[in-house]
Amino acid sequence: MATLTKQQIGSVLAKQGILIAFVIFMIAFTIANPKFLTMDNVFSVVRSSAILGVMALGVTFVVISGNLDLSVGSMMSFSTIVVLDLHDKIGPFMAIPAMFAMTLCLGAFIGFLVGYLRLNSLIVTLGMLSAIHGLTLTYSGGQNMDIADKEGTWFSVFGQGTALGIPVPILIFIALAALLGLTLAKTPFGRKVYAVGGNGTAATFSGIPRARTVFFCYLISAACVATAGLIQASRSLGSQNTVGQGLELEVLAAVILGGASLLGGSGTVFKTVIGVLILGFIQNGLLLMGLQFYIQFVVTWVIIILAVWLDIAAKRGKLWSAIA
Amino acid sequence: MTDAKPVLHLDNIVKTFPGVRALDDVSFSVMPGEVHALMGENGAGKSTLMKVLGGIYQPDGGAIYMGDERVVMAGPLEAKAKGIVFIHQELSLAEELSVAENIYLGELPRKSFGRVDWGLLTEKTNAILKKLNVGFDARTRVGDLSIANQQMVEIARALTVDAKAVIFDEPTASLTDAEKVVLFDVISDLKADGVGIIYISHRMEEIFKITDRISILRDGQYQGTVNTSDTTEESLTQMMIGRKLDLSRNASHHELGDVALEVRGLSCGKLYSDVSFQVRRGEVVGFYGLVGAGRTEIAETLFGLRDAHSGQILLDGEEVRINSPADAIQRGISLVPEDRKGQGLVLGMNCRDNMTLPQVDDLTAGPFVAEGAEVAIFDQYRDRLDIRTPGWKQQVGNLSGGNQQKIVIGKWLSMHPSVLIVDEPTRGIDVGSKSEIHKLLRELAAQGYAVMVISSEMPEVLHVSDRIVAMYSGRIMRTFTSEEVTEDSLIQAISGLGGDKAA
Repeated sequence: MATLTKQQIGSVLAKQGILIAFVIFMIAFTIANPKFLTMDNVFSVVRSSAILGVMALGVTFVVISGNLDLSVGSMMSFSTIVVLDLHDKIGPFMAIPAMFAMTLCLGAFIGFLVGYLRLNSLIVTLGMLSAIHGLTLTYSGGQNMDIADKEGTWFSVFGQGTALGIPVPILIFIALAALLGLTLAKTPFGRKVYAVGGNGTAATFSGIPRARTVFFCYLISAACVATAGLIQASRSLGSQNTVGQGLELEVLAAVILGGASLLGGSGTVFKTVIGVLILGFIQNGLLLMGLQFYIQFVVTWVIIILAVWLDIAAKRGKLWSAIA
Repeated sequence: MTDAKPVLHLDNIVKTFPGVRALDDVSFSVMPGEVHALMGENGAGKSTLMKVLGGIYQPDGGAIYMGDERVVMAGPLEAKAKGIVFIHQELSLAEELSVAENIYLGELPRKSFGRVDWGLLTEKTNAILKKLNVGFDARTRVGDLSIANQQMVEIARALTVDAKAVIFDEPTASLTDAEKVVLFDVISDLKADGVGIIYISHRMEEIFKITDRISILRDGQYQGTVNTSDTTEESLTQMMIGRKLDLSRNASHHELGDVALEVRGLSCGKLYSDVSFQVRRGEVVGFYGLVGAGRTEIAETLFGLRDAHSGQILLDGEEVRINSPADAIQRGISLVPEDRKGQGLVLGMNCRDNMTLPQVDDLTAGPFVAEGAEVAIFDQYRDRLDIRTPGWKQQVGNLSGGNQQKIVIGKWLSMHPSVLIVDEPTRGIDVGSKSEIHKLLRELAAQGYAVMVISSEMPEVLHVSDRIVAMYSGRIMRTFTSEEVTEDSLIQAISGLGGDKAA
């Protein structure tokens, strides 16, 4: 029997570590609580992951293009508050496109700063996280937003409805994942996203419009955030100003868990979906084990660190190295 | 020298990488007080050998001796501790720190409570700088120094340890003539102190001026060591490339077509000024000059990456404005850039996707990329250029330099350009691919392409060009036909000496 060297074990761990960890988690959870792997529970995990998932789809484009988007959490709060407010003012039929237009404007602004002005995306979107939060609070005057007639609006369909027995949020998630998955994997635009993230200079030298490509990635991200805001608003029909707070990190964790490199140029929509589910199952498992809800913030952080570490380790084929 | 022990002896060093035998039984030794040149083409194994010596790579076979003692270089620090010091081509200094801090980085003299002893530090540093006879002092910020002076800081750093052997890797690459004189003085001082010196350079002139012996590597194999005084440039070249250098001139025998590209009075600040030339269909025009002569910048302007401040660009007799690479591509200009990995390829992408990248918008079936058409294009150029890869799915980063360059060339040929600009087409690639690429450039001209070749290698320029434009400091000094050009006149023209200015 061949003995594995320390280095080989390290290399396997680095490449498959997150899957191994996930399987161990799943087994441990199932033993701890047999309810974990029931259909009901699986369904509930997917449904509660849909909002995070929709946002992660958009951020996948941004990350593959070699950038970050930390503004999606507060942007989602913005979308939710805006659509709820406009619902009573101009009716849901007009409120939805109006909210999408406003959210896309925010995305276009970020895309302009990062794509055309070539500003560092971390700084820009970290700033926007705070700026959009301020914008939301200004808009709402700091008040929670509620729909007056919660029983009589068709608006609740996006968050609470079902079609063919499947909750609408899951259907939206699946449809959007299919659409964006095809866009990324099969269209010329998708190819350009990989090229720009893989080597922006070489993409430029091949006539690829780098700035425009990055710009559209942020626009896609904003469209996904608007969709997530719509689901959120429709599900609760009322909201605080901070409903999306902290989601930016969870979204990023899901994208990285799926295997997209923070350096850009790699990752797929399908892998991001897996990442979203892993995160959802782990959080759900912790709850079923009877741990406090608040512990999941700590666990999410641990998972992010683990994922980033493994991402880098996979690149250099070692868990630790002094150079490169 | 015969009775002395070598300061450093490499004995049958072997180093393999997956698929490559980078060093195959290489032996050579450096005597005390000797300047020993290490020569070989790019990819011959010089860098690998130096990395073995510096403890960055561990050899798979063979041994290193210092004096009588067998040593193992476990890492860079150990190599340094044993007195082996590298002066790298690319400087590794912290620009924001002072000269003294850089020299003693990691070994700053201390007072009580870990405080740095600035007085002692400055004193020690100035003592070394005085020995080197340089015009700056210990407190100067390194970022404010010229490249040559930064190199002096590296050398000063070398002198703080008891150096047994100092390795200079292309030290004169970015130095002016006056700065070279200072460097050679330092080298002769080291020599007088009995230090062994390994000098890596491509520049024959320097090799003959300062070295005592020369060892040659080719494709990872040791070709022999010769006394500098007993050899000639020609025989060295032959040892390096394994055959007589094909210096044949290749003026076109076919009829030249119309002028495809004309540039009139093009200027761009300090980078280049008043540049005018023509390239006809069926013609290869070589652009020769030193690094920084403005050749790459002109290519970037023609490709829409850099704006010219004044002047005209004419394609097929018609004045055009080229605002972006997409513009240039659409007008039939292609650029094979100088930095293959940084500018030419997305290394993490597969071969096919790299090759079709500029035309991905046009290769569509409905909203999707027509992958079948892409594979067809890849297959066509793989066959035509003899690209060796297991298949189109292979990541470009895994290919050899020569095959990578062929992917870049294939990428642009598949766009059917009328003007093809190639910048340093054979930098860092093996001899075989090199001559294939030269042949290809000639063939393309014969097929009616207008080809601009920018190169810093004289044999290459002489070999492929119908005409040669010699540039110096942003200006065209002279244009030669392939019949009239001589090496001497070319060197004069690119050094800014003589050569009547005519375009």
